Amino acid sequence: MSSKIKSLKYNGKWDFSPSIETLENISIQKEYQLFINGKFQKPLSKKYFPSINPTNEQQLSRIAKADSKDVDLAVNSARAAFNGQWGKISGKERAKYIYRIARIIQEKSKELAIVETLDGGKPIRESRDIDIPLAAAHFFYYAGWADKLEYAFPNRFPKPLGVVGQIIPWNFPLMMAAWKIAPALATGNTVVLKPAESTSITALLLAEIIKEAELPPGVVNIITGDGSTGNLIVNHPDVNKIAFTGSTQVGKSIMQSISGTNKRSTMELGGKAANIIFEDATLDQAVEGVINGIYFNQGHVCCAGSRLFIQESVYDVVLRKLKDRMQSLVVGNPLDKNTDIGAVNSKQQLATIQKYIDVGVKEGADIFQLNCELPKSGYWCPPTLFTNVSQSHSIAKEEIFGPVLAVQTFRTTQEVINKANNTPYGLSAGVWTDKGSKAFNLASKLKAGVIWANTYNKFDPTSPFGGYKESGHGREGGLHGLSPYLNLE
Amino acid sequence: MSKRIKVLKTYKIFIDGKFPRTESGRYMQLKKDNKPIANVCLSSRKDIKNAVLSARNAFESWSSKSAYNRSQILYRIAEMMEGNKNQFIEELILQGLDSNKAILEIDQSIDRIIYFAGWPDKINPIFGSVNPVASSHFNFTILEPMGVVGIIAPEENSLLGLISSIIPVILSGNTCVTIVSEKLPLCAISLAEVISNSDVPNGVVNIITGNKDELAPHLAQHMDVNAIGINLDNKELKNQMFFQSSNNLKRVVDVSKYNIEDSNFESPYIVKKFMEAKTTWHPIEKDFTISNNY
Amino acid sequence: MILDLKTKVDKLGIEDRVTRITKRSLKSEAKLQGLKMILSMIDLTTLEGMDTNKSVEQLCYKATHLHQEFPDLPNVAAVCVYPNMVKTASNFLKDSKVKVASVATAFPSGNSSLEVKIQETKEAIFNGAEEIDMVISRGKFHSGEYNYVFDEIATIKETCGDKARLKVILETGELGDYDHVRLASEISIKAGADFIKTSTGKIKPAATLPITLVMLEAIKDHYYNTGKMVGMKPAGGISNSKLALQYLIMVKETLGNLWLDKHWFRFGASSMANDVLMQILKQKTGVYQSNNYFSKD
Repeated sequence: MSSKIKSLKYNGKWDFSPSIETLENISIQKEYQLFINGKFQKPLSKKYFPSINPTNEQQLSRIAKADSKDVDLAVNSARAAFNGQWGKISGKERAKYIYRIARIIQEKSKELAIVETLDGGKPIRESRDIDIPLAAAHFFYYAGWADKLEYAFPNRFPKPLGVVGQIIPWNFPLMMAAWKIAPALATGNTVVLKPAESTSITALLLAEIIKEAELPPGVVNIITGDGSTGNLIVNHPDVNKIAFTGSTQVGKSIMQSISGTNKRSTMELGGKAANIIFEDATLDQAVEGVINGIYFNQGHVCCAGSRLFIQESVYDVVLRKLKDRMQSLVVGNPLDKNTDIGAVNSKQQLATIQKYIDVGVKEGADIFQLNCELPKSGYWCPPTLFTNVSQSHSIAKEEIFGPVLAVQTFRTTQEVINKANNTPYGLSAGVWTDKGSKAFNLASKLKAGVIWANTYNKFDPTSPFGGYKESGHGREGGLHGLSPYLNLE
Repeated sequence: MSKRIKVLKTYKIFIDGKFPRTESGRYMQLKKDNKPIANVCLSSRKDIKNAVLSARNAFESWSSKSAYNRSQILYRIAEMMEGNKNQFIEELILQGLDSNKAILEIDQSIDRIIYFAGWPDKINPIFGSVNPVASSHFNFTILEPMGVVGIIAPEENSLLGLISSIIPVILSGNTCVTIVSEKLPLCAISLAEVISNSDVPNGVVNIITGNKDELAPHLAQHMDVNAIGINLDNKELKNQMFFQSSNNLKRVVDVSKYNIEDSNFESPYIVKKFMEAKTTWHPIEKDFTISNNY
Repeated sequence: MILDLKTKVDKLGIEDRVTRITKRSLKSEAKLQGLKMILSMIDLTTLEGMDTNKSVEQLCYKATHLHQEFPDLPNVAAVCVYPNMVKTASNFLKDSKVKVASVATAFPSGNSSLEVKIQETKEAIFNGAEEIDMVISRGKFHSGEYNYVFDEIATIKETCGDKARLKVILETGELGDYDHVRLASEISIKAGADFIKTSTGKIKPAATLPITLVMLEAIKDHYYNTGKMVGMKPAGGISNSKLALQYLIMVKETLGNLWLDKHWFRFGASSMANDVLMQILKQKTGVYQSNNYFSKD
């Protein structure tokens, strides 16, 4: 390719006008309480903390902060419900409750999507088209298992564990709540769930839905709070299982806390996924998959394809296509239906991302960033990529959790397999080749819990998700997502 | 003031999402306590022919829908039935059931639909497999729907039996032509109405009323029907259908072996009976030195 | 030159990209700007067995008097007719900026000898055609005779010389899959096409968003390999402005600013023009329109 050929320009001639989602029918309460034993109740701690809209740094609401007395109350309610009504009703009736939740989520999907965007910063198009529908689908899917557990495990009569403590992150708030609550309920457990500090509101709207579905009191308790609240749940002696999605660092400390107890656990932690493009890939579609894998949801994705490996023979072409494609990405107000990349979730996260970008430059990699106008207030990061990255660079080793891609090259299959696996993480990986047998070869060799071949970031309630090594243990989704919530002995 | 005159219901058959009368123009009159309660279509072989055609046309798109989609549609049937409960109760009572039994039957029917609505996306995880063949191949077996299924629904349990005959068949993607209870056909037509309100595509379920002895053989002999589900007590007719089905090797399932009223009926095994297994091989490249994990 | 199925296209991937494009939301100024661009890119078309001089003249009148009440709106790009109607169209349009395009090469089937095709092209140009829309030989393509397909296009291009721009119709609905659409695009581009075009409009499916995206990507790769631009024309099946706007967004996000111009992008359509006018009026007045107020020529 001649370097004299001018790069194509994508902006400036015909640009999108704002297409902002209306907030007419949406109302966010000034203050939200804890949801315990089927009622919203004020925290015994008497403490609240603000929830900030990362788009404009304004306060959306005050959220209750649960302390040890509140956690006790929640766990006790869950225990009482488990020993009482929830433990006694048939799987069939459990199923009907869970189906109700799924249907009501579908009915309220617009409102939930908008609130998700306001609270977390992700584009309305993502909340509307991916987060909320998947949340409903998860409830619908697991509702169907509630009365079929005898078929799931040969020669076993599964029993629920009891009270499960669940702690979820801020990157897919409502969807993560669904991933946790649905299988727990289907298997007959009761729940104490703590949403992430910066994105509590949709979990509380879910609490309202659970109330509307007439779920018996205490079956699901949603208690908001910060890291300390999470610790209280983890350490509570009457919780039988901890399900945690979040950073590897916190996951390790939770495992330390529960060591020596009888608590079961599933951990869904960080990742540094390799996305591999072979020369025989369908290049344009591979590039789209790479873009999808690292830039959407602002890169706040544990399974993000944050390390791109390009086979050297197609390096120039792929890089050119990547940079061209980035020009059409819209960074801005997440309530705008055209926004591709919304606000970074919080000030802290933006600082972390910025730190890594600085490190990347200092380490000697070459930086390329989309040249776009960013709003004056709020937390923003344009899509960024680094080339000339070495396997030993921090930006190639550590999880950044932002829209930052590290690009490396490779020559042979064996080389890229070694490099892809050369990480303590093992959540996901992507392979792009038009040759089926090669795709299956890579799939069999890559040490990751989810392999995407010729696609990326696809999720489905029937498809098990989870990691190898320091990306965690246990699986969510599918038949495999049931056993973590059951006693199969 | 004179009493309001009720509008009497016309009972037609259900083919391709529409409610035609039988091509033959014939009818059979249902009586209760010697009083006529309904004129039901006495369908003919032509109606069977049309129904099979419609079911065949509907098969491709119904079986291509995602399992999730089919689940939602089945769940919607349950939602619609719950809303029309009273109509079913009235008809069951009209057909001779006492009101407690009628309520029990409709509740059981709705709950059974919800039970089966949860199966479409769970059959393959349980009965499908990835097979660890000795050669370097990715080898997997999945269960697929068979195609057009002819169904003879039971004489008794006119609603629960009908639901139990149809739902396990269509949930995997099959389409069906159902010959319903001859003595107690009213609920079948109400069910057709519910189905046509439920996002079920035209032709997936076709409901034919009439004389079983006359109609069943046409279904059993039809060369474009892939399988038959029979729920008959009449041994002679059943054997005749088995015999006739061998003309194109239809898979024949004798559903009358199962006790419909028992909750043990609710299992994936009845679903599996109306599915075929397909196994696919694809090579897995090996590198020179390292042996394959699978 | 070896012409073969080198560049493959992943069907699901292409369709995913298209889905994302269809979710773009155009409002107010951006929408109005888009609609005006579409208007300027339309090749108003009549290719009926029963075309007459008068019916062609009517179409030409419409082309030049589309919207007399709104003088700030652009004219359509061209009128497209059968070769035996070119003279009529050309006479009518001689004082306007609207170009005369002619189909040729035994449109729509392409099943004639090369001599006949060359002759037809020559006549059309002689009678005033400024653009030639030719069809590729799909039979030869499916037989694997790619060099034949290439040579035929190159010959017609030579016949056009510098008098007419050549649009090459792939008839994508007959090509089978996206890989073959990509191959046909590459063959046509390398053989000298000024434009590649999806369809004759005589069969279904005609133009679709994914097929057009495959062709746009072929054009883009050619640009980066050679520095040369080739135009794109989706034709048939684009019945309303909403869909047309999606095509335009696809062009914007794939090829960028340079192709957002009638010299490099056309719509093969006829009834769409009225819908575009209705939408423009709705944008300006805020009121939904009825097609009783727009002449159906």
